[in-house]
Amino acid sequence: MTERQVVIIGSGPAGYTAAIYAARANLAPLVIAGSVTAGGELMNTTDVENFPGFPEGIQGPELMENMRAQAERFGAEVLYDDVAELRMNPGAHGITTALGAEYTARSVILSTGSAYRELGLPREKELSGHGVSWCATCDGFFFKDQHIAVVGGGDSAMEEATFLTRFASKVTLIHRRQDFRASQTMIDRAKADPKLEFLLDSEVAEIHGTDSLTGLTVRNTTTGETSELPVTGMFVAIGSDPRTDLVKDELTLREDGYLAVEGRSSRTNVEGIFAAGDVIDPVYRQAITAAGSGCVAATDAEHYLANLKEPALQVSLSKE
Amino acid sequence: MSKEVTDATFDAEVLKSDKPVLVDFWAPWCGPCRMVSPIVDEIADENADKLNVVKVNTDENMETAAAYGITSIPALYVFKDGEVAKTIIGARPKPALLQELQEFIG
Repeated sequence: MTERQVVIIGSGPAGYTAAIYAARANLAPLVIAGSVTAGGELMNTTDVENFPGFPEGIQGPELMENMRAQAERFGAEVLYDDVAELRMNPGAHGITTALGAEYTARSVILSTGSAYRELGLPREKELSGHGVSWCATCDGFFFKDQHIAVVGGGDSAMEEATFLTRFASKVTLIHRRQDFRASQTMIDRAKADPKLEFLLDSEVAEIHGTDSLTGLTVRNTTTGETSELPVTGMFVAIGSDPRTDLVKDELTLREDGYLAVEGRSSRTNVEGIFAAGDVIDPVYRQAITAAGSGCVAATDAEHYLANLKEPALQVSLSKE
Repeated sequence: MSKEVTDATFDAEVLKSDKPVLVDFWAPWCGPCRMVSPIVDEIADENADKLNVVKVNTDENMETAAAYGITSIPALYVFKDGEVAKTIIGARPKPALLQELQEFIG
């Protein structure tokens, strides 16, 4: 059992920024980075063009490697494991990892991010990895000269669709409405792409294929008419949901499922538990806002630890 | 460690193996593949008596990848007596992989 001042759960921009700030405050934070998800969502992106300080852009994985190295330089420890259990107990929160390591933490920063949303249609799960995918940069290569559908209307849908035209013979972007949530730059880029066609006011009604994807039935959301789209690949980019499984029984959630924090702080309803990044942010969800949010959490944790009264610690000691 | 298998050696190393073989389909540009690779190596070392573990670079061995309809990596396929006995798509933590592989290493 190792005692820590700060344990950070998750290693996207929020987690690593919190680690940089906490490490520079001499708190020797432990980052439980995830065994297969370390670096977070940016590990599956290519060019990041809007993170300040990189006028030519930077590759997502490289940006995350840099953040990790910066945190480690100041004394953060990065553990490639997953948190199996978090037992909240102000002053000495208990953490058990999937590989069986035990920690007590005087403060915890939750930066668990979000998970891709699924369409929720029959065959979607069965055909995942056999034509249905959530990651264009991971899987696009396998769809050379094929017709691919991308579902969604946000920045990630535009990015995936544009990226996939490198490989595909044709990309059809299916979106429920006429207007997009995506930024104008991304929309303009997508619209200028000759291999990309838009199927608007449309949604996927059925997914076809036994061993691999053979096509989709698409329904027009205004007329209700259906049509067949013979694609062999479908990339789903319809947003994501906050990862709160670890804490949803004990922490207060907002109505939309995100972790609730007090005002502009990172304080949750449990003393010594802070939250940062996409898991508290239903609106902005950018690398830079997540990083800013990680800074807030580390600062809040630092203040909390400085003011932590001894009785809280004694409660924890008497329990052991 | 697990060894690299190619289109040329797949038949001998995997399909004709006496023991079940876990094949890790990967590519150098795939981030999640890099994360899961050391976990696969650990599983290989810890279960060397029950399971052979090999890696197939899908960039260099497109024939094998196409033959098994690989469209998403990392993909872990277990072959037993020349047939696909299990497929695990996507990077998973070690305990989850061990559970999926229970019937071959238990």
